[in-house]
Amino acid sequence: MRNIIAFPVLGLAVILQTSVISRINLISGYADLPLILLSAWVLQERVKSSWHWAATICLMLGFVSALPWPVVVVGYCGVVFVAQILQKRIWQAPLLAMFSVVFIGTLFMHLLSFAVLRISGTPFLFSDVMGLITLPSLLLNMLFSIPIYTFIRDLAVWVYPEEQYE
Amino acid sequence: MNSRSLQTTIIFLVVGGILALSLGGFFGTASRQVGSVLIEIQTWFSSRFIGLQDFMTAPRDIVSLRMRNTELETQVSQLQTQVIELQQRVNETEILAALVNFSRSNPESTYKAAAVIGRDPSPFLHYIIINRGSNDDIQRGMPVVTNQGLVGRIDAVIADAARVQLITDPASSINVYLQNAETNAVALGSVTGDVSLDMISQNTVVESGDLILTSGLGGGYPSDLIIGQVVTLRTLEYELFQEATVQLALDFSRLDIVLVITNFRPVNITPLEPLPSP
Repeated sequence: MRNIIAFPVLGLAVILQTSVISRINLISGYADLPLILLSAWVLQERVKSSWHWAATICLMLGFVSALPWPVVVVGYCGVVFVAQILQKRIWQAPLLAMFSVVFIGTLFMHLLSFAVLRISGTPFLFSDVMGLITLPSLLLNMLFSIPIYTFIRDLAVWVYPEEQYE
Repeated sequence: MNSRSLQTTIIFLVVGGILALSLGGFFGTASRQVGSVLIEIQTWFSSRFIGLQDFMTAPRDIVSLRMRNTELETQVSQLQTQVIELQQRVNETEILAALVNFSRSNPESTYKAAAVIGRDPSPFLHYIIINRGSNDDIQRGMPVVTNQGLVGRIDAVIADAARVQLITDPASSINVYLQNAETNAVALGSVTGDVSLDMISQNTVVESGDLILTSGLGGGYPSDLIIGQVVTLRTLEYELFQEATVQLALDFSRLDIVLVITNFRPVNITPLEPLPSP
């Protein structure tokens, strides 16, 4: 039952992403709220529903975005995979782990988007994409990481109370 | 009446008479000096009393003033909210009025107004989401415009919303017509949201300020929709075509309300395109 929290939280995140965050752009890039939320959620030690959250995000963004759905699925599942690896290795410094996951996840997501769109015929230049989209998005994602990590940590404590923690 | 009370009466009468005469100004300089001293004493007492009164009553005034100030600040914030709401309504009304004028001046098309409710979550793509869908007879491929020019076309539709590919999207290419140069070209979107022109013949003379309209070629868009103006032309002798940068007619970062042309059906010319020879 506690996994149901994913739907309102991620639904709100997607709504905020499409209506607000996508208008706050730095050059041509903007933050990826679902990616940051997912990263922060997976990094919580007590959370066991990482893949459910990834699936929910893929469902919602695949429906809303014009990105090819394989990009969304592979991208966000890749973020979960990276976060789970890093969570076991950098567990003593959660904020460092958060930054690392967001950094790697953003790069992975953007490289994947670039590759798939380029193959499908969109005339992108790698230098343009890196300079105008990826680097500004990275900076914004890093900026959003700290408050979102705090929020998600509190949410995880609320959803998975200490006495039920396995 | 005994002699003592008679004396007292006489003294009172004399002093009263002198006082009355001095107040009446009959004693000249002497009465003025006495009067000024009295006035100064009066002033001193009065000012001290007012000061003391202020000191005693000031705390109560500050509390009441603060309460009044809070009330007024609340009223000001409420009025500011009302002003903002009314300003928004005025802006919406102005936009709608402009769109109505546009639709009246182009009676050959039928329009459906829609509000922009979001943008694509990926920064790689330039799409918007509007609040009209298949329930409002919106279909894939319909052009989307404002009174200022072409916005894009419907890319995907659900019941109550639709996704619109903007002409600034990197994957967008539109056949256009340069009005003054009387030649065709292709308008291409880009990552930055700018639009450039390509496929302009080397023999064509294009000048800055030339108006760019949709040509209707290819059947993807109706003809004569405004896109923008030519800003600069880039001509290289070793290239087949000239390129140009475009000043777009509308600001895509401030799209609020758009019009969908509902009586236009895009033509699929794919079956007519020649197959590559084996």
